[in-house]
Amino acid sequence: MQILVLVKAVPDPERANEITLDPETGTVKREGIPLVINPLDRNAVEEALRLKEEKGGTVAALSMGPPAAEGPLREALALGVDRAVLLSDRAMAGADTLATARVLAAGARYLGDFDLILCGAESFDGGTAQVGPELAQFLGLPHASYVTSAREKGGLLEVEAKVEDGRKKLQVRLPALLTVSRELNRPRGLSFSGIVRARGKKVEVLSLADLGMDPSRAGVAGSPTIIGDISTPTTTRSGEIIKGDPEEVVDVLVKKLTEAGVV
Amino acid sequence: MVEFQFTEEQEMLRKAAREFAEQVVAPLVPKMEETDETPEEIIKGMGERDLLAVTIPPEYGGLGLGHVARVIVLEEVARVSVATAMMLQVFHLGIDPILVFGTEEQKKKYLPALARGERLATVAVTEATGGSEPTACQTEARLEGDHYVLNGRKVFITDVHLADVQVVFTRTGEKEFTTFILEKGMEGFRPGRYEHKVGMKGCDTGELILDNCVVPKENMLGKPGDGLKVALAGISETGREGIAGCALGLLQACLESSTKFANERILYGRPIAKLQGIQWKIAEMAVNLEAARLLTYRAAAMRDKGQRCDVEMAQAKYFVTEAAARAAKDTCDIHGGYGVMNEYAAQRYLRDAQVLIPSAGTSEIMRIVIARAALK
Ligand SMILES: Cc1cc2nc3c(=O)[nH]c(=O)nc-3n(C[C@H](O)[C@H](O)[C@H](O)COP(=O)(O)OP(=O)(O)OC[C@H]3O[C@@H](n4cnc5c(N)ncnc54)[C@H](O)[C@@H]3O)c2cc1C
Repeated sequence: MQILVLVKAVPDPERANEITLDPETGTVKREGIPLVINPLDRNAVEEALRLKEEKGGTVAALSMGPPAAEGPLREALALGVDRAVLLSDRAMAGADTLATARVLAAGARYLGDFDLILCGAESFDGGTAQVGPELAQFLGLPHASYVTSAREKGGLLEVEAKVEDGRKKLQVRLPALLTVSRELNRPRGLSFSGIVRARGKKVEVLSLADLGMDPSRAGVAGSPTIIGDISTPTTTRSGEIIKGDPEEVVDVLVKKLTEAGVV
Repeated sequence: MVEFQFTEEQEMLRKAAREFAEQVVAPLVPKMEETDETPEEIIKGMGERDLLAVTIPPEYGGLGLGHVARVIVLEEVARVSVATAMMLQVFHLGIDPILVFGTEEQKKKYLPALARGERLATVAVTEATGGSEPTACQTEARLEGDHYVLNGRKVFITDVHLADVQVVFTRTGEKEFTTFILEKGMEGFRPGRYEHKVGMKGCDTGELILDNCVVPKENMLGKPGDGLKVALAGISETGREGIAGCALGLLQACLESSTKFANERILYGRPIAKLQGIQWKIAEMAVNLEAARLLTYRAAAMRDKGQRCDVEMAQAKYFVTEAAARAAKDTCDIHGGYGVMNEYAAQRYLRDAQVLIPSAGTSEIMRIVIARAALK
């Protein structure tokens, strides 16, 4: 099985409190925070490695990002992927989800044919959950999002996926793209022997020119999204004591929670 | 020129060690504190993530990553659990004499399984007659035909109930000492009582009882009379280095929890981090941590280059453990009353720090080694 797994470099969630917003430029400031593999992409890598161990084949990791995204890709190599490719070019910067998916699609095509493409359902920083499905669209592949289990049976994938108020079961014909949830598996840890084994492997870096892609279709230039406003939400807490006999109190509470949209 | 930067690979090793510490060890710390028992998952995890293979060369199934890498690992594990880092450091310490003094047959026999973590090792030198004076050793090894018969009792041995392979220091003559590789299951070999320490809860420490223990001649490390050389080489370099690594992680943990608490605790309408009295303590910890790192990693780098570094290791061990003990006291102080409550880690740091001071040689013995070199 030839598997491609998408790996996004995101600021270390452990240091999320250091991320600030620049309301002037409408951008996220994350200088100085080390980049790590997007947490859900670790689940995608795990699934890819498990499938490879079970069925044979190869796993390639693909990312679009700044040169510093090489670090997380080297980690992917240490985890056991066979090949890691970084799409990096100044003209790729400032991309919205559409331009990102378009560049990733060009990268995927450049790398060859895959039976399965896996990625995290959403990124820790952007969190749109759009890139996976958009990429599937560009490549003309069927896809399922927020996958919690997947089993291959004769060219068909039996998939369970999260939906708003439950789970759905579907069958997906390969080749396909799945975006994965954290319930899918427990990602393996980085092992020292993995790090040593990956010593000889290099992250391949490709530019727009390598992909034969017009710069106007990538980065800011290729992004129709305009950020209107960006702000840090303020949260306020308030307490309220509901008095009365238990039945009354429960009724009031249920009513209030329903109004608040919690239940 | 001096290079003050870890390699990319070393940074990744640190990350892998931190993942192990946070994912595998951290959830088990409360249980270790409560029961004073070693969780099996921790020992298994060390093997699975190759933490025991760090110093063993590839030709014997290890990773050959060296001593700077070893300190990185110990620092990261100790940041979360000094008890776990201590067990790990002594597993490495048990491997060391076989690596340095073992014959080719001994290396081939023991190292691959030790690298995989299928078997575990320790070193037993100390006796009730005094750790500072190893030559007061009373454990006796008597040659009888093609084997030795060992009798005696070792105390304060880390990992004694866990280790399958134990390097044991014995007396073979009036002024002659010899070291043997003992194995769990040998006739007359029995780990004894489990010690309960003030800190490092869940770290195995205890007695080794040798009651007419029969050891084949080929289990001798080096020649008869090499005992002091074999035992002290390991403890002076690998043992001191390991304790310094543990203390580094503890210092880091003290700094992290102190700054967190100081930023969150509000008094007089402001975080106490704004108070200069608190800042001085934080500054002290921060500068000690940097100095501690420089001393320890320099000594480890010397070790990797094959240079003699027993004095540098003594300097590191002395400075870092004492700095960690002061930092742990300051961490408790910064936490006020919370500093002595079990809900906060500060009290654990204080208890763990004190346990590091006598381990692998007391601060007095370290200063004797340092002064002897300085006065030469
Ligand atoms: C947690 C822990 C784990 C350990 N693990 C191991 C292990 O795995 N294997 C092993 O073999 N041992 C181990 N030890 C033993 C350790 O090495 C000894 O405890 C240490 O060497 C001190 O020996 P002692 O406890 O007998 O104290 P003593 O040697 O009796 O020292 C008593 C006091 O006298 C002081 N003193 C001694 N000589 C001098 C001097 N010349 N000048 C001034 N002061 C002096 C000491 O500094 C100390 O203050 C461990 C100890 C601990 C606490």
